Amino acid sequence: MNNEPLVVLDSVSKFYGDVIAANDVSMNIAQGEFLVLLGPSGSGKTTILSMMGGFTIPSKGKISIAGEDVTDMSPAFRPTVTVFQDYALFPHMSVLDNVAFGLLMRKVSKQDRIKRAEESLDKVGLTGFGKRGIHQLSGGQRQRVALARAIAVEPAVLLLDEPLGALDLKIRHQMQEELVHLQQNLNATFVHVTHDQEEAMSIADNIALINHGGIEDYGPPERIYLRPATLFTAKFMGESNIISAEISGQDDDLVKLSTKFGEIALPGAGESGAERSVVLRPEQIKIGTHDASERLIALGECKVSEIIFQGTHKVLYAQGGQGMDTHIQLRAAPDFAVVVGDMLEIYAEASDAVLLTH
Amino acid sequence: MTSWLKSAPFYAYIGIALIFIYLPVAILVLFSFQDGTLPVPPFNGPSLQWYEKMFENERLLDALFNSISVAILSSLVTTLLGFLAAYGMAKRLPRFAGGIRFILMAPLTVSYLIIGIGLLITLNIFGIAKSLIAVGVGHAVINLPLCFAIIYSQFGDHMKNIDAAARDLGASDFQTMVRVIAPIMKPSLFAAFCLSATLSWDEFIIAFLLSRFEVTLPVIIFEMLRAGLTPEVNAAGTVVFAISFTIVALAAIVMMIGVREKK
Repeated sequence: MNNEPLVVLDSVSKFYGDVIAANDVSMNIAQGEFLVLLGPSGSGKTTILSMMGGFTIPSKGKISIAGEDVTDMSPAFRPTVTVFQDYALFPHMSVLDNVAFGLLMRKVSKQDRIKRAEESLDKVGLTGFGKRGIHQLSGGQRQRVALARAIAVEPAVLLLDEPLGALDLKIRHQMQEELVHLQQNLNATFVHVTHDQEEAMSIADNIALINHGGIEDYGPPERIYLRPATLFTAKFMGESNIISAEISGQDDDLVKLSTKFGEIALPGAGESGAERSVVLRPEQIKIGTHDASERLIALGECKVSEIIFQGTHKVLYAQGGQGMDTHIQLRAAPDFAVVVGDMLEIYAEASDAVLLTH
Repeated sequence: MTSWLKSAPFYAYIGIALIFIYLPVAILVLFSFQDGTLPVPPFNGPSLQWYEKMFENERLLDALFNSISVAILSSLVTTLLGFLAAYGMAKRLPRFAGGIRFILMAPLTVSYLIIGIGLLITLNIFGIAKSLIAVGVGHAVINLPLCFAIIYSQFGDHMKNIDAAARDLGASDFQTMVRVIAPIMKPSLFAAFCLSATLSWDEFIIAFLLSRFEVTLPVIIFEMLRAGLTPEVNAAGTVVFAISFTIVALAAIVMMIGVREKK
């Protein structure tokens, strides 16, 4: 792996009349990286993928792959292959002919074609399926054929447009693992679009969180989940407790915040009176009595209003803070004895809390 | 009241409707086997003499051959044009699709008589003689809307991605069309061809207006009718009906298999 990024998007935008589908998107994708474009529907993630694949021409900006400008290049000539959400298999051809189609178009000899197509089928776990018709396959098998067809032509970048969206949950989890293995075995670059943040976190090297056509946050899944850069990221990546705060003062490199849970001091800086949010994941809120310190945030008492048992843990909904009207979500061990109406003392580690501007 | 009694009016209604539609055809077929010179009751018993006479009538056999040629050739052209129009519109021109579809479908609303007279005048202006080719062109004009509609209805969103996938894998425009799109569309292309061929096979007004020395079967039947009613006309009519029926049935079967495969 060299340091030169394989795919470079340089201030790429796409407008449809007044609608901005992608707005000034820049990113570098390294060779061998598994990048997930994650975002709600209509966020522009598919448009960005489509511009990488050559099906949509950017209104502005430049895209290059392996040092070559491909901004206006047609899909056939760029080193990318797209796997479509509905697989787009050719129903009149056998599985083998589907997989060999790209090689046929590249005028590969018949012998090599069959050999390479069969190798592709081996890689996706469909050894011996070559002679079958597309109609005889299950959804998961069709997904694998679409993958085999794409990797048969050895693209530098494989683009996956919500490829697991149509599969049921169990097969989806299995395919997520297999996608990661496939990507590692091929040492290929994958760009994968999804709206499912759990899927994104389980397969990505890096996540680009897309919102309103722009990149909201970009980084490894752990960082995106634990240290979200924006309030949108915090809300989109799973459950969060978002505590409104107002800056009341500064103490060296700690900023003092007044909240409904009392004064909280966190690393940072800001003007007095400015509004901020303190983000804590449900699992970061702990039950127990502790005095506030540099390391701990005491959140006072809360009253449990709902308990949902989920096997590995209990989800507790509670109300707390000044006036007991702030909703809090937290987790407890599955055997933690609690009933609705109980009062719990809660706290959090200061290092877990993320301070975000509004 | 039993359920049988309740549904009796329903079956009676269907029976009457079917009799209304098929009785004339049945009578036409029956009297083509008439042993006698008049195709009117009483039925004198079965005989194949009028079929023998028909197959000795060279003018009629020529017309049969002409009809088949016109039907096949004009339907090939119509199906090809309909396919190209539908493919182009499904893929390339979403912005103008509404307008172009309107222009393509509009001939459906114009009567065959008007289209025939229009073609006659146009041929005159350009000094082109009336011929079977002119009849074929006329049939292509009237059948194109139907062929286009049948084929276009089968281009869904999934076809857009299939088209994109073929190009993505390196296929040229022509390769995509010939190797991927046309084979997938085969059932609807065949259905469009069959329906177009049936309509051309049966068509009288345009064939009558645009042909001169060489004519098609419906035109000959019309001439025979003017000469007088004989069971030979019934025999010719029976042949026309049998062939139409066969083509339509074939198209229906192929369409049904196509639909089932898609599931």
